[in-house]
Amino acid sequence: MISEIKIVFHQGKQYIPDVTTVEVPGIFRGRPVISVGNAAGDKLAGLCPTGAISVSPVRIDLGKCVFCGECERAYPSTIRFTKDYKISSNLREGLIIQEDRDEPVRIYPEKIRKEIRKYFGGSLKLRQVSAGGDNSCEWELNAAGNVNFDIGRFGIEFVASPRHADGIVITGPITRNMAEPLQICYDAVPLPKIIILAGTDAISGGIFSGSEALDRSFLSKYPVDLYIPGNPVHPLTFINGVLDLIRSKKSK
Amino acid sequence: MKNAVTVKNNQRIFLSEIPVLTYEDFLELNTGLALDVSFHCVNYFGWTQDDVVKLYCCMADDSNGNIFISSAEIRNKDYLRYSSFTTKHLSFHVFEREIHENLGIKYSDHPWLKPLRFAAGRANQLSGIENYPFYKIESEELHEVGVGPIHAGIIEPGHFRFICNGEQILHLEIQLGFQHRGIEKLMLGPKTLLQRTILAENIAGDTVIGHTTAFAGAWESLCDFKPGYDILYARTIASELERIAIHTGDLSAICTDIAYQLGSSVFGRLRTPVINTFQTWCGNRLAKSLIRAGKNQYPVTPALAGALTTLFKNYEPDLNEMYQRMKTLPSVLARLERTGTVTRDQAERIGAVGPSARTTGLIRDIRWTHPYLLYGQIPHQPIVKHHGDVYSRIQIRKQEITQSIRYILNFIKEIPEVTAVEAVPLAPVANSFVISLTEGWRGEICHCAITDDAGNLALYKIKDPSLHNWLALALAVRNNDISDFPVCNKSFNLSYCGHDL
Repeated sequence: MISEIKIVFHQGKQYIPDVTTVEVPGIFRGRPVISVGNAAGDKLAGLCPTGAISVSPVRIDLGKCVFCGECERAYPSTIRFTKDYKISSNLREGLIIQEDRDEPVRIYPEKIRKEIRKYFGGSLKLRQVSAGGDNSCEWELNAAGNVNFDIGRFGIEFVASPRHADGIVITGPITRNMAEPLQICYDAVPLPKIIILAGTDAISGGIFSGSEALDRSFLSKYPVDLYIPGNPVHPLTFINGVLDLIRSKKSK
Repeated sequence: MKNAVTVKNNQRIFLSEIPVLTYEDFLELNTGLALDVSFHCVNYFGWTQDDVVKLYCCMADDSNGNIFISSAEIRNKDYLRYSSFTTKHLSFHVFEREIHENLGIKYSDHPWLKPLRFAAGRANQLSGIENYPFYKIESEELHEVGVGPIHAGIIEPGHFRFICNGEQILHLEIQLGFQHRGIEKLMLGPKTLLQRTILAENIAGDTVIGHTTAFAGAWESLCDFKPGYDILYARTIASELERIAIHTGDLSAICTDIAYQLGSSVFGRLRTPVINTFQTWCGNRLAKSLIRAGKNQYPVTPALAGALTTLFKNYEPDLNEMYQRMKTLPSVLARLERTGTVTRDQAERIGAVGPSARTTGLIRDIRWTHPYLLYGQIPHQPIVKHHGDVYSRIQIRKQEITQSIRYILNFIKEIPEVTAVEAVPLAPVANSFVISLTEGWRGEICHCAITDDAGNLALYKIKDPSLHNWLALALAVRNNDISDFPVCNKSFNLSYCGHDL
């Protein structure tokens, strides 16, 4: 018993007291800021491996961005990635960063379905479905529940059965071979239920976009409640995105 | 040897240098080599060109770092049946299943010719993932348990079908393919180098360094580009850091599966500073964007070396303390010792690689046998265990973590000057073949590339160690209680997406 107490003592304090304000150590490629007077032109768009950049005006679609940082490296005076990890939105258009607008990516409360905050504000159980995910987003979603990030403190939890869940979190570009299991899983979740897309692959197909091995028809059938970009999603991005969806600013 | 060409790891050759044999000679040569334990097959694949199927087999000689490449041209007709390599040596079974599934080659005597991953362009489109032909035993005493593709935790999909006698597992069949994204095909076509690199990073997101290093090695060799010392240096440190990170996470996951909460939390939290070091280094906790062909995008700096020193100074005592305590608990050891055993004979026959092989006494370690990066310059000795059980797979992880820490601390004593932050434009040489092997934390990763007349990629073949090792898991759980399956599975921690591609 003494050994166990010693071990616990030696770990020190590991949890992050406030996951909504903590800074990520080192380099972090979060929300980009695009300055005006872009001299790069079409070259900028050609550089992007996933076609996330469009020109005149310059825009970056975080739903397609794989956060490789190649555009910032080539044109540092035009594009700068900030350490802002709150990059989730409930609208697909909300992920598009406009030229010369240094504004946070946000949730649009008026567009959130009424039942979400009413039923899930204090407790949200999620069933995760990896549909072609490369195990990096899965990793980070697991990390969101570890002793450091501890998403459980907000009543948010991943559960084993879809029957116990309030919604599903999809990672990966949705392969043809996972299309049916995904549908079966979604059908098993009781109403009301939400859909969260975690990671660039899930939101747009990412680097796999256009592959003949994908079947993304599921997404055209149901409304998506939250888009969380990242390659993979950072646990802080995930936690903050979900919190902003289920809770209003006042109740936090 | 005239019927095969000998190359080293990352050595480009012209396609015309590879001898073309008759199928009979090809079979005899490669299955003959496989019977010698110092040889193992690192890749065997087919490629349809016009009316002909070209087969390439790469046999690694673990005694001297050579790789024997041979080829055969066969015709693919409905009435033609070929003798399989698998009947001579079981380790070929996955390769032949892939050749059969993707190209439609038929074998007369393959014992287990089942679909491998239900690839998008497979020859038989009628075979679908929903009607996989599971092995069955008709008996009133036995029952089947089906698990997946979606599992209880946050993990990737795959289906496990158990045939049980009460609580005891008689047989496990693992059905994969749910993760198939068509990466090998996406690698081809008019793509930029960056797009291909991002694809390589996404083969298996938990082995970013392993796969991207293999890709960069293949690409640089195709372009006859010799990476400078500083590039190899950064990649070597990254490889070892990735090994430390994932092994630590695995120790945590194994503790979770035997309900040892303290170990689960402590090892779990110990992983955090390691992957956060990748964040500090390159802006991504899984090291995406760290490795780029032809350049040293994120060189090792004195600041990073300082961060690594501090990291290990804090990490190692806590790891050791937790590990030592865990080792003394009978309730923990009872779940680990003699659970999920793979014998050396089994490992040899199925062609197991990486720690899964090394825990049975079979030394398969590319860092030792076919050195790449800076592994030829350090006295690397693979860590070997002999019991082949879950506990061995824990011990090897702990010891490999310690070994990797020593390597990194030694390397960072002298930081080389940076030569190439910006890449020189690289263009692959036409009509070439290259094989690139790396030792990821799971084991041997193999990328093979072939270019056409114009120097474009004509074929890109990826092999994750999981391709071999999934069968090791299926064998390991035989005669174990089904309740021990999770801990067995976690002790291998194999990749679904790496297998499915």
